[in-house]
Amino acid sequence: MILGRIVGTVVSTRKDPRLEGKKLLVVKPISPDGVDESGYVVAVDTVDAGFRETVLLVSGSSARNASECKDRPVDAAIVGIVDTVHMDAQHEGELAAARRK
Amino acid sequence: MLLGRVIGNVVATVKNSSLDGKKLLLVQPLDRQGRSKGKPLVAIDAVGAGEGETIYWCRGREASFPFLPEIVPTEATIVAIVDRINIPRPPARPS
Repeated sequence: MILGRIVGTVVSTRKDPRLEGKKLLVVKPISPDGVDESGYVVAVDTVDAGFRETVLLVSGSSARNASECKDRPVDAAIVGIVDTVHMDAQHEGELAAARRK
Repeated sequence: MLLGRVIGNVVATVKNSSLDGKKLLLVQPLDRQGRSKGKPLVAIDAVGAGEGETIYWCRGREASFPFLPEIVPTEATIVAIVDRINIPRPPARPS
């Protein structure tokens, strides 16, 4: 699972019937210290997340294990709204150093 | 399964009901020498691991199996705490 930030919504009228009523959000992956990473993911929202919130994103076939996503064509689901992320100081330094390279 | 180190934790009050009561930890994947390799990720803890510990985690669909019969939406789960790693030394080169 990875952390992400909600950066937008996707509206789709014509879609698979099993996706009807599901909210689709655009998620930008972020590192544990909150810095944007590359790429975007469109994910089904199962927790009523909102714009700019940090969320927990599960991808792959495991996304279908989320309640509400069973037997639906989903490979990315938002399964939690993140309150806090704690990371040890040494690793925070390592991440920052790797980014400067 | 892959080696990793627990480097922190994630708190989420609002989560999918199938994740209720699950501990979320930040894991830094490691190579076999114990060096960081790749990006940190969030994994569910199935064994009671703590910060700073070296662990084994599994990814993909199998990651939800430790919790069976519960169906848990996770593609990364900590499945073991590593006590030690034995890697035989390569044969010494003739000098």
